[in-house]
Amino acid sequence: MARLNLWRWGVLGLAGLYFLVPLAASVVFTVDVPGRGLTFDAYTRIFSTEGFVSSLLLSLELAAATIALVLLLMVPAMVALRLGAPRLRPVVEIVCSLPLVVPPIAFVAGIGTVLKWGPEHLSRTPLFQTFVAIQNPHFPFVLVLAYVVMALPFVYRALDAGLRAVDVRTLVEAARSSGAGWPQALAQAVLPNLRGALLNASFLTLALVLGEFTVAQLLGFQPFAVWIVNVSGSQAQLSVAVSVLSLLVTWVLLLVIAGFGGRTRTTSRG
Amino acid sequence: MTATAVRVDTAPAAAVRRRRSLGWLAVVPLLVLTALAFGLPALAMLNGAFSVKDPATGATSYSAENLTASLQGAYLTALLGSVKLSAVSAALGALFGLPLAQAVVTSRFRALREAVLTASGVLANFGGVPLAFAFVATLGNAGVLTRHLGLTDKGWDLYSFWGLVLVYLYFLIPLMVLTITPALEGLRVQWREAAQNNGATTVQYWRHVALPVLLPTLLGGFVLLFGSAFAAYATAAAMVGSSVPLVTLQIADALSGNVLVGQENVALALSLDMVLVAGLVMAVYLPLQRRSARWLA
Repeated sequence: MARLNLWRWGVLGLAGLYFLVPLAASVVFTVDVPGRGLTFDAYTRIFSTEGFVSSLLLSLELAAATIALVLLLMVPAMVALRLGAPRLRPVVEIVCSLPLVVPPIAFVAGIGTVLKWGPEHLSRTPLFQTFVAIQNPHFPFVLVLAYVVMALPFVYRALDAGLRAVDVRTLVEAARSSGAGWPQALAQAVLPNLRGALLNASFLTLALVLGEFTVAQLLGFQPFAVWIVNVSGSQAQLSVAVSVLSLLVTWVLLLVIAGFGGRTRTTSRG
Repeated sequence: MTATAVRVDTAPAAAVRRRRSLGWLAVVPLLVLTALAFGLPALAMLNGAFSVKDPATGATSYSAENLTASLQGAYLTALLGSVKLSAVSAALGALFGLPLAQAVVTSRFRALREAVLTASGVLANFGGVPLAFAFVATLGNAGVLTRHLGLTDKGWDLYSFWGLVLVYLYFLIPLMVLTITPALEGLRVQWREAAQNNGATTVQYWRHVALPVLLPTLLGGFVLLFGSAFAAYATAAAMVGSSVPLVTLQIADALSGNVLVGQENVALALSLDMVLVAGLVMAVYLPLQRRSARWLA
């Protein structure tokens, strides 16, 4: 048994080393600048750096819009599947899993092609205005659409787990026979019971949108992740400092979910 | 059928029908949006991958030319580079993830277990730009460890194949721990006891009992890790630029017109190659997952 314990602590120790050293080293890198000694300059400079506030705000706005849209689409659909359209269930499941098979880079290659149709074929139609509008650099709605698709697998799993724990049919029937209309039954009987799952889905989507780089960069927009990379060339310390901070924020968010809904199981998308 | 029976039945039947149509109505917006935001780009990719524009006449025709081009020269190198990188890092991730998960599962400390599993959930989601910068700050050219340990003189280079493997393991190992833990928890204590009572050593128990039961989950985990590493773009883009040939980097280059103009369709063909590989990964993963679920139910 003693040998087994030694082995176990060895494994855990090595894992601890591997996972903690890069984090510790990042912090050291930001405060211990060669030739300047100990300085917190990188952290104090963040807010005054060009583009930080605007790119962060853009990311947060995109995240809010994505969460709102994906929940608005998914919650009624998932509830309806439980209530009266079980035959559609495999369809929705497949639709929500398909984005996993398409890597983000391939997805954005497709989006880019569609967006090019605008100037090439549609310049005389009203659709062209739509194409221009969804690519407005101040709020690129096309990113929201892409993020909704990319969030579908996670949101599906989170909501499915939440709905499995509740007897939706009984809840709705009870609410209906107490005289509630459909919207009321949904809003006051079903949704409160899904609070954990809704928060879970929202947090996962938030983390996805805040960290997303591939689609935004290739479509030429500059939300947070793209901004960090752009600033890293000229200000290495600053970009690592922002990474450390954004990591902390994301981790706190994900730990909150872990506390809410048990273990989170999602695949990463580097 | 009597009149009364009909009257009794119609009310619920109507309600069910109404509910059915309501179900359709609630699902339709979701399907319409995915058709627009996902189906349209997918079709555009497929269409573009197969269409070739004649530079002289401007006429477009369909052929497999782009696909052939995507499997030749630098593109083939990149595709193979991605496959090699993903296979190596997935194998190492599985190799290191298994003992870590085993150490955690057999531990008597519940707090340790919960801490490691929660941390794994967080780390498995940790990819992309911040991960790249954390490693650049640690082991990059001016990284803390590189400077203090003088690693450059010893031939260390983060912006290389093995550098990328080291970075990818940072999210692949936790992903493996999450994937394999339920299976390890499913190994019954009685199986080990029975093996011991029959005089089996630890090695024999692992070889003849535990590993065969774990094999589908292990393979499934490997395939999942492979897919995850294969699709990764942000980490590599923020870290190495294009010093390591990767298919994601090639696609990005071709799309942004960094190389030759008119390579967009080859980029789409490369994307199609990627989707096929990812689809293959899922086709292997799902049955394996189902099989391990049957064993460990």
